[in-house]
Amino acid sequence: MFDTLDRRALLQGSGALIVSFALRPAASLAADKAAALPSKPVAIDEVDSFLAIGRDGRVTVFSGKVDLGTGVETAMTQIAAEELDVPMARVHIVQGDTALTPDQGPTYGSQSIQIGGMQLRQAAATARKALLTMASQKLGAPVEALTVADGVVTAPGGKHVAYGDLIGDKRFTAKLDKDAPAKDPKNYKLVGQSARRLDIPDKVTARFTYMQDARVPGMLHGRVVRPTAIGATLESVDESSVRGIPDLVKVVREGNFLGVVARSEWGAIRAAQALKATWSGGGGLPDQAKLWEHVRNTKIVKEEPTSTVGDADAVLNGAAKKLSATYDFAIHTHGSIGPSCAIATFADDQLTVWTASQATHALRQQLAKMMAMPAEKVRAIYVEGAGCYGRNGHEDAAGDAALMARAVGKPVRVQWMRADEHGWDPKGPPTLIDCKAALGPDGAVAAWRTDFYIPQGGAGPVPLIAADLAKLPYDVGLFPGGIQGNSAIPYKFAAVATRVHRLETTPFRPSWIRTPGRMQNTFANESFLDELAAAANADPLEFRLRYLDDARGKELLQRLGTFAKWQKRTGPRTTPSADKATGRGLAYVFYELNRTYVGAVADVEVDRKSGDVRVTRFAVVQDCGQIINPDGVRNQIEGNVIQTVSRTLKEQLTWDSNLVTSVDWSSYPILTFPEVPVIDIDLVERQTEKPWGAGEPSAAVIAPAISNAVFDAVGARLRSVPFTPDKVQAALRAT
Amino acid sequence: MPRALTLQVNGRSAKVETDDPDMPLLYALRDGLGLHGPKFGCGLGQCGACTVLIDGEAVRSCVTPLSAVAAKAKITTLEGLGKDGKPHPLQQAFIDEQAVQCGYCINGMIMQSAALLRTNNKPDEAAIREALANNLCRCGTHARIVRAVQRATSV
Ligand code: FES
Ligand code: FES
Repeated sequence: MFDTLDRRALLQGSGALIVSFALRPAASLAADKAAALPSKPVAIDEVDSFLAIGRDGRVTVFSGKVDLGTGVETAMTQIAAEELDVPMARVHIVQGDTALTPDQGPTYGSQSIQIGGMQLRQAAATARKALLTMASQKLGAPVEALTVADGVVTAPGGKHVAYGDLIGDKRFTAKLDKDAPAKDPKNYKLVGQSARRLDIPDKVTARFTYMQDARVPGMLHGRVVRPTAIGATLESVDESSVRGIPDLVKVVREGNFLGVVARSEWGAIRAAQALKATWSGGGGLPDQAKLWEHVRNTKIVKEEPTSTVGDADAVLNGAAKKLSATYDFAIHTHGSIGPSCAIATFADDQLTVWTASQATHALRQQLAKMMAMPAEKVRAIYVEGAGCYGRNGHEDAAGDAALMARAVGKPVRVQWMRADEHGWDPKGPPTLIDCKAALGPDGAVAAWRTDFYIPQGGAGPVPLIAADLAKLPYDVGLFPGGIQGNSAIPYKFAAVATRVHRLETTPFRPSWIRTPGRMQNTFANESFLDELAAAANADPLEFRLRYLDDARGKELLQRLGTFAKWQKRTGPRTTPSADKATGRGLAYVFYELNRTYVGAVADVEVDRKSGDVRVTRFAVVQDCGQIINPDGVRNQIEGNVIQTVSRTLKEQLTWDSNLVTSVDWSSYPILTFPEVPVIDIDLVERQTEKPWGAGEPSAAVIAPAISNAVFDAVGARLRSVPFTPDKVQAALRAT
Repeated sequence: MPRALTLQVNGRSAKVETDDPDMPLLYALRDGLGLHGPKFGCGLGQCGACTVLIDGEAVRSCVTPLSAVAAKAKITTLEGLGKDGKPHPLQQAFIDEQAVQCGYCINGMIMQSAALLRTNNKPDEAAIREALANNLCRCGTHARIVRAVQRATSV
């Protein structure tokens, strides 16, 4: 189709940026490479699973946790370089390759550094210990007398030996040693520094190869053609409808799975648009206008108490002053700016997929099951894609590509179109929360009860669309695990009951979206707490402090008060005459009650007439223990604030009885530049503590801080996300 | 019948052949010429990920049919923005401000800003936000992006 020009010539033309072509590993995808499986340990307890040191002293880190656009690659490099005392430039990271990297579980839940990084630290500390033992023999000096700098071990008197000469290309053959001493944080040179992100120069000059940019030789282009209703049956396909498309290779049909493969990408797009197919049945989605009734009427299959103190129900029954409120949180889509994409190829009985999956090891198992192949014959290789905030469509695209590649016997790249992504990625499920509390005569909280209605689920992988449509085997289940987090509260009330009611079904295939469940649950808890503070005539900051017994949490809140210049308030400061009112609101979380403290203050402006809420400023204080890269943490917090302001003010899935109807950016709008608040961040330094997650906790406090700020501004409670103008107007009328 | 077209891309002549003159420029640049700068984001003109400069103007290549691109029009992609082997001041400013999370939107942010700076070499923050109002970022890198554009204009 194209008379292709040499890419290099194009780039090096006059006036063009000359690039060095130091190809990052992802750029050199070669189908033949995949055929020969390198053999190397990947067990979670072996040092060799995590790192290798070459003769030249270069350190290769094998990381099962991947960079989803969060800077984890840089942070992991800092951790390994620090522990081994080598320059960062000598460390190279291989991410998420099932043949090379240990199965450290999916990259989710703000665990990359907290868990994955600490496994790597332990591996590096073990390796260092082994290297020092080897050096001690070689140099004839005791281990304690040795020093390391730049990957060279030196004995008193100056005799030295480089890592490369000690281990060069050989295996450590050692188990991860829990007792191998990790470096004392006071000697850190790299950890705790805002090292510049390794990927940014390539990303801003177009040298980076995203999953969406990756190509393999002989590759064809696939596009999916999805059913016209969820659950519909494919009756017939009219192949004559695409006969005129010169590049078309094949219409792939397997059960209800339909796709097209073409030699060119544009050919595949045209064919997918033109293909005529007849579908029947399916649909039957609940009426969107009655979503919350639907949720309330869904069968409960399991009751999970997540905390119990005293007998909250008894206190509530006998209480004179009671408050109750219901909170809900809409269904959200991930909305990655680059739709999902994958390449699959079969060679020598082996399936290789290149994927931006957050969970390549799990995907490998899913593909093996679906394709009826042994898992050893499936390799999934991570290639970073557009930002990923949880399980989106990447795994599904890999399943699509595998089916199409098998059908045509050639490598196939599947790129989802925007409507595929918005329409078919798994969704953040709808969440409904009932809150009740009793206040004593003194304004003290006598009882607290919250009931969370969320789908059942575990931590397994979300089923692949291709397996479902093609009627191939897959593990059944609803799988957004961990969404009960943050349902229990940090406040020491006299009686507490927090109850999770697991629903049998939810309208759309559910998955994790940044701060899954934890965001929704914290929204209800922290907003309702604010309602109690107002009812008790108390300042929201003081009210929280009154019920905390955790010194680190208290310190964080006090610091937030100072940082945000919090002014005491005991009720809404309504300015009745003004069309525009301003307010401030506060929220706090001790994430999952076991890691990362965050507090935030939102400043809002509410337009009483239009119902518009503008968030003008956010102040965030975070204590996530040891910080590997402060600027990286700030970047994550900024992202959490902006993305969650967007989710809180604007976002909700729409659908009819058959399908999602919010399938582009005009029907599913997100926050734009003029609407982005100013963000001030204060990080608590605790370099001698364990590092905790920073990728998502701060997102938990955003919605409640905004809701509480709106109350402060106009005296109306917003209890339903998103805070669209019509809901704001309704809340204003109700006050 | 495939038809040969000549495009001027990053200072060179490039030939593409297509049987569909309505094919969007984006696919010619990415698939035909192997460029990675312009990204596929929506294909609908809604997000800005595919932005290139045509004669200095920011254009969404996903909704620009090849037939609408004049043979003499000068197309610049993110690859061709720098000069003499050095990154463009905007690219350098994005590095200095670490104004990337995933970076998928950044092509559009830089190309749109490059077009802005042609007509307004000292935009204030409001003007930058306005100029980028139709460029979407899902990671929430906006604050840094605005700072980067400001930094590029202050050198
Ligand atoms: S890809 Fe062109 S505007 Fe979105
Ligand atoms: S940096 Fe990821 S979409 Fe903007």
